[in-house]
Amino acid sequence: MNPATHPFQAKVSGARRREKSVFALFRFATYFVLFCGLGVFLNIVAKGSRTVFKAEAPFVNIAFLTQAPESLYLFEWEGQRREMGDREFRAFKAAHPAAAQVPTESYVYSAGGIFPCIVGTVLLVLGSMVIALSLGVSAAIFLNEYADDGPFIRFVRLAILNLAGVPSIVFGLFGFGMFVIFFGWNVSLLAGWFTLAFMVLPVVITASEESLKAVPKGFREGSLALGATKWQTIRKNVLPYALPGILTSSVLGIARVAGETAPIMFTAAYVVRDKLPWEVDHWSDFFFQGVMALPYHIYVVSSKIPQNEYTERVQYGTAFVFLIIVALIATLSIVLRNNLRDRYKW
Amino acid sequence: MTTRPPSAFARSSAVSANSPASRLSPAVPPEVLVAIDHVDFFYGATQALNDICLQIEAKRVTAFIGPSGCGKSTLLRCLNRMNDLIEGTRLSRGTIKIHGVDIYQRDVDVIELRKRVGMVFQKSNPFPKSIYENITYGLLLHGRHEKKHLDEIVERSLRGAALWDEVKDRLHTSGLGLSGGQQQRLCIARAIAVEPEVILMDEPCSALDPVATAKVEELIQDLRSRYTIIIVTHNMQQAARCSDRTAFFYLGKLVEFADTRDIFTNPTNPQTEAYVSGRFG
Repeated sequence: MNPATHPFQAKVSGARRREKSVFALFRFATYFVLFCGLGVFLNIVAKGSRTVFKAEAPFVNIAFLTQAPESLYLFEWEGQRREMGDREFRAFKAAHPAAAQVPTESYVYSAGGIFPCIVGTVLLVLGSMVIALSLGVSAAIFLNEYADDGPFIRFVRLAILNLAGVPSIVFGLFGFGMFVIFFGWNVSLLAGWFTLAFMVLPVVITASEESLKAVPKGFREGSLALGATKWQTIRKNVLPYALPGILTSSVLGIARVAGETAPIMFTAAYVVRDKLPWEVDHWSDFFFQGVMALPYHIYVVSSKIPQNEYTERVQYGTAFVFLIIVALIATLSIVLRNNLRDRYKW
Repeated sequence: MTTRPPSAFARSSAVSANSPASRLSPAVPPEVLVAIDHVDFFYGATQALNDICLQIEAKRVTAFIGPSGCGKSTLLRCLNRMNDLIEGTRLSRGTIKIHGVDIYQRDVDVIELRKRVGMVFQKSNPFPKSIYENITYGLLLHGRHEKKHLDEIVERSLRGAALWDEVKDRLHTSGLGLSGGQQQRLCIARAIAVEPEVILMDEPCSALDPVATAKVEELIQDLRSRYTIIIVTHNMQQAARCSDRTAFFYLGKLVEFADTRDIFTNPTNPQTEAYVSGRFG
């Protein structure tokens, strides 16, 4: 047979052309997303690492990670251009009284570090995680294990889904109205915890319900048939197996919410605060103090103060540190999940 | 206090689970353990059981046979009220008495009932825990914690389920590492660890190969002297091999209930005859 006329000869057809162009479109879309993502990420890493890392030992800019933000002072001294943070400059002026008369340029927040912001963010994440997990897992257990599937429960589920679609600024306003003003907690860790927890609740509840559903029915029946109560069954023979899924999704959800500025800007975040959170007179004051937080700090340094080459260091440095912290939380949750998963397999 | 004597499954803790007094009730002759009387059962609007009357004797193996959807599993799951877990089900008429106590009565504690009426499921469901933990699961629920005591019961239950020799060296490995037949025997061991009186078996061999099936059937023969066993099966040879009494169900009704030998050799009902001879079903 002539090879050109065999029955499987490739032919140019409309379907084949469309196949090719559609495929090219999908490929382009994927690469475009990758390109944008990498662009943002690499830009922050490149510029941020200049602030966070140093060329000489110990290679990490310890001061940036352990000091509070300060104003940066620029001035000429004995023919040299000097850059000093606020505290250093005051000490310098004390040592050299003549320096008080030198004309200076000052840039707010451009010296020192972001230690209080890191602490604040970690506290906000931990607290909201505890609240969101305890409320969310309880609600999921109720919805999935106890509640009869009636119209009311369907309505509750719908409400939870809707909650996931509420913009973060609305959560911020809700937290402000509810916790800050109505409960009188003022701008405080507690108000921030609850606002963030409420925001992440839909994720936690949905993820927990999915994880509970994934536990085979046989485990429940087997346990109940041995004379276990429902709660014994859930605690010993359902929840342990659902926990890896619950934790991973929840922690990822919280890591995402921790990056939100809007919910905390009215409820928990201060632009600047000199005291660290543990420097309180009475232990109960701990819950009722505002904190500095990384996302809000990024917002402040990139939109509330004049922009120049000195503030850029803080902006990118803070963003970079923030990315690392969020990535750390995510990694932690995945490690946790893998450990738990190895223990219970079916 | 009412004049009625405390029921075997009463919520009161005064009646201990294993006290001999609670095991025997003067209301019924001792050989009839489970008395099913004119039971109608519904899934929502669908009637699954229609006027079932059946008396199950103690320390005997009773087989429920019948085509799919005939209600035999439903009836089995009524006996330890596992159907309570399914929404929209109700026992609309009739009574099921165990030891003369109506188990659908309001003051019956389902937990206590299920301790006494154990169950083995169609799909073997060992928990994703070690073999040891699988056996001790039920015991720990009921508050027995002494290590020595637990060790004893684990060995006794596994021996009882003819599994001890196969797993004694790996008690602390996962129960899911066992073969299908071993898993099912582990589930039986788990059920007998809490010392029930009745063991319900819902098609325990339907997912097993013939060798594993033979082992489980052998095990049923070993257990028959100590437990009242009710087994649902699709396999008529199995019913013939291991049961004393057989009940044939069809479309939610009890067609015939008699000694197994009579059902298979001399059925009185033509439907039963047609089914056991393989002409339908």
